[in-house]
Amino acid sequence: MSMEVTVATVHVDGKSYQMNAEENLLHGCLSAGLNLPYFCWHPALGSVGACRQCAVKQFKDEQDTHGKIVMACMTPAAEGTRIAIHDPETVAFRAAIIEGLMLNHPHDCPVCDEGGECHLQDMTVMTGHDYRRYEFDKRTFRNQNLGPLVNHEMNRCIQCYRCVRYYREYAGGRDLNAFALRNTVFFGREADGVLENEFSGNLVEICPTGVFTDKTLKRHYTRKWDQQFAPSICVHCGLGCNTDVGEHSGTVRRILNRYNHDVNGYFLCDRGRFGYEFVNSDHRIREPLFKGKVVSADTASRQLRDTLTFGKAIGIGSPRASLESNFALRTLVGPERFYSGVADSEAKLVALAIDMLRHGPMRTPTLHEVEACDAVFVLGEDVTNVAPRMALALRQSVRQQPIEIAKALKIPLWMDHGVRDAIQDKKGPLYLATPYATRLDEIATATFHAAPDEIARLGFAVAHALDPQAPSRGDFPLAGEIARALTHARKPLVIAGPSCNSEAIMQAAANVAMAAGAQLMFTAPECNAVGAILMGSNPLSAAFQAVADGEADTLIILENDLYRRAPRADVDALLHATAHVIVLDHLVNPTSEQAELVLPSGTFAESDGTYISCEGRAQRFFQVFVPPIPIQASWRWLGQGAWERLDEVLTAMATALPHLAPARDAAPPATFRMTGAKVPRSPHRSSGRTAVLANINVSEPKPPDDPDSPLAFSMEGASTHPPGALIPFVWSPGWNSIQATNTYQQEIGGPLHGGDPGVRMFESAPSNDQSYFSSIPSAFEQREGEWLLVPMYYIFGSDELSLSAPGIAELATTPHVAVNADDFTEGEEVDVHCGGSTFRVPVCIRPDLPRGVAGLPAGVPPIAGLGLPAWGMIVRIP
Amino acid sequence: MISILKTIWYVFLHTFQKRITVQYPEEKPYLAPRYRGRIILSRDPDGGERCVACYLCAVACPVSCIALQATEDEHGRRYPEFFRINFSRCIYCGYCEEACPTYAIQLTPDFEMGEFHRQNLVYEKDDLLINGPGKYPGYNFWRVAGVQIGGKDKGQAEHEAAPVDVHSLLP
Repeated sequence: MSMEVTVATVHVDGKSYQMNAEENLLHGCLSAGLNLPYFCWHPALGSVGACRQCAVKQFKDEQDTHGKIVMACMTPAAEGTRIAIHDPETVAFRAAIIEGLMLNHPHDCPVCDEGGECHLQDMTVMTGHDYRRYEFDKRTFRNQNLGPLVNHEMNRCIQCYRCVRYYREYAGGRDLNAFALRNTVFFGREADGVLENEFSGNLVEICPTGVFTDKTLKRHYTRKWDQQFAPSICVHCGLGCNTDVGEHSGTVRRILNRYNHDVNGYFLCDRGRFGYEFVNSDHRIREPLFKGKVVSADTASRQLRDTLTFGKAIGIGSPRASLESNFALRTLVGPERFYSGVADSEAKLVALAIDMLRHGPMRTPTLHEVEACDAVFVLGEDVTNVAPRMALALRQSVRQQPIEIAKALKIPLWMDHGVRDAIQDKKGPLYLATPYATRLDEIATATFHAAPDEIARLGFAVAHALDPQAPSRGDFPLAGEIARALTHARKPLVIAGPSCNSEAIMQAAANVAMAAGAQLMFTAPECNAVGAILMGSNPLSAAFQAVADGEADTLIILENDLYRRAPRADVDALLHATAHVIVLDHLVNPTSEQAELVLPSGTFAESDGTYISCEGRAQRFFQVFVPPIPIQASWRWLGQGAWERLDEVLTAMATALPHLAPARDAAPPATFRMTGAKVPRSPHRSSGRTAVLANINVSEPKPPDDPDSPLAFSMEGASTHPPGALIPFVWSPGWNSIQATNTYQQEIGGPLHGGDPGVRMFESAPSNDQSYFSSIPSAFEQREGEWLLVPMYYIFGSDELSLSAPGIAELATTPHVAVNADDFTEGEEVDVHCGGSTFRVPVCIRPDLPRGVAGLPAGVPPIAGLGLPAWGMIVRIP
Repeated sequence: MISILKTIWYVFLHTFQKRITVQYPEEKPYLAPRYRGRIILSRDPDGGERCVACYLCAVACPVSCIALQATEDEHGRRYPEFFRINFSRCIYCGYCEEACPTYAIQLTPDFEMGEFHRQNLVYEKDDLLINGPGKYPGYNFWRVAGVQIGGKDKGQAEHEAAPVDVHSLLP
């Protein structure tokens, strides 16, 4: 989408437009801001010409007055093309098409969740079809129960096929398909059941009407126009997907995808889309508690100040708290008394990743660039469950090499079915080396399931095969094949991360990337893990030591459940030995339950701040609504009145920590105005403002001020499209649905106007004396009577916060131990002994696990905090 | 001088004209059924709540004096959990009635709503809901809508065919 694009002049209704010659006319017309209705086309899915809605009239030349009707989405935007959108015959054609599509559409709009943000409504209005002439019986379908996240109402379907094209071809799902025939085509599963794909939530946005809707929104439904939105960043993994959060009457109602060309594009994973409900949880900390009793905000603040004055305080930060909150704690206790919020081993790995990406020769790609990589080698990461959105990107990357076949046949790449027919089932190289089978195995060229040390050794062997100077131990037949694939690729990519808790794996990945000249991407365990490590702190174990040595008697814990960071006995001892424990958090957890003073801190929806994603991209999230009084951002609690505005915290941070200064520019400052006004959080049709609080007091309160951001808690403000970092919701005249995203892009599917939000904190700065890492682990050996317990990640279950969202909790995994052994039976209860703790869990037989290795679900209580992988025993109950 | 006498003469003549003053409140004025007064919520002919909580009245309201929250019963029938009109803001324009797709919200020929305290002009669903269909007898939205609710299965609405058997491939 830059200068290389060939430009064609296309004449539309007698006017000339510059369009991308490698695209189709529909793409060109929409990019030029022309309103042309469509259904089956989607920027991410390409053209199939199924719905016939985007018909235009094409003329041979200037003399041709007759013309012929063609589908804009199936016609290249070639130089000198002459078309008419407003030709009477075409207008009538499009009206007839939508009348046909609407024949069986039920009279549901008032009770349909899509109403008011429905692409079908918008297109019906755009074509002018306003009266139903069809008087016969309408076709009906029975709906299916598709699980707790997506609702199904099949009567509303207009058979555009977008859902199955997205679900099967784009996201790689298998359990949604088209059934039956002619005017009774049915889109659903073979039988009722939870949609298996981790990206099923995108059906809600892909479906142009209300067949697939958000089931979590349905439980507390409000129209789009009544929700108050703010741009936000997903908190459920380290990728930093951009979201828009909708709120009404103090509860978060849903998450929508916020387009960021560089990061998540059009899609989110289900954990990101439906995990938000923890904000509305009954387990929220909503009042300050002192020794278990509710106290006022003032009392709590005074108590915090007094404890700090008289005690020797240390602070423990958090990888899921914003940069600002971590900085506020660091400032409050002093840099030398500020400790990391993650286990030492994990902190070390994230620090290693940052160091490699800053000083190594390898560049880290954006998530969007991952889609364009044509050979990928994954070391140790269960991508689908650790960084889900990246798995969706990898599913596109395996198409990159086969797409050359289509290019050779001169099939335009937007011609979706043509391209798919040309490449059939061919997949580009994707090599996965993981301890256990993952969802991506089905598209992998080859997989390697082994203990973490073996994965690292394979990595070293691949690097050696690429460059004989790289050290290697052991012989791996697969190494040569992977090395060849990476050598022959135009854009090779290596993915690794801290999931296996193995330094060797990350060093092996760096060696491979160096030897292959590949890009290198690391996953991050939590939404601000990179930011927290970049800030710099003492290791967590030093905090335990400081308390044990009596150097500290007051502990301030920021948005962190220590039982997820260290073994239970150690944390018990720490909390017991500390005279004053102060916890700031959103949800009640085992750590907050033992605190002397608990302060209610605002979630991502109730506060402003900055997260740094695994790509090193600093991105700002904005407060969606004003929570009830005692709840406020952690940095406000900890600032103790030192700062009144977010921008003041950012300025202080830039001064104290100059390497974090670029984070200030992640979004415009609070003083930013458009046409002299703030950006409104509510759509201009927001309703009920003089009645919604009238039961409490008939005199309406003044809308709250927002000193922290250029957004206003109001429907009033600038009426033009804001810059990317400040888009609270998408809307354009005539475009009420999420498809209005089109009007925010420089070109459809391209960057946003004014650039994509976020600031990359580091670019690789190659130094010449890069040498290979050489500490290669020795081969994994099974132990008699002992198992190597490795963490197994689950999209639903491994993330702390989303476990408090009812929809996610329903799908979450339960504690178990996975083994590959004949002497256990499925479901049998066993005792697992590991690192001094014992717990009783059922056995799950997983034939994909290597012998001698057992898996425990990561992050699932009570297993969290064990520090896996570790050797342990699995004992049968006599 | 002449003009003053003329005025006095005209005033005198008016004494013999028909009186149009109505002796309200002893004598009630005639209000047409379409008069736009106090707003009510009606019920469908089966006695169920007509309002389906679609929010169209709320969004049509120029003074934003209608607020509600949608919810559903266990069979999928949608209704407002609460429905509130702040009559101290209402301008009786009738847009809510025009917007209503189910004839639930209706304006009635009643304007006697004076209160000493504004707070008393906040009406909740209990105050608004009447026991009949109001001006539009006979209409039942759920009879023409496609969604399934308690007592109305798929294919049982007006102009609906029986649900498709998706496992059949017969032409």
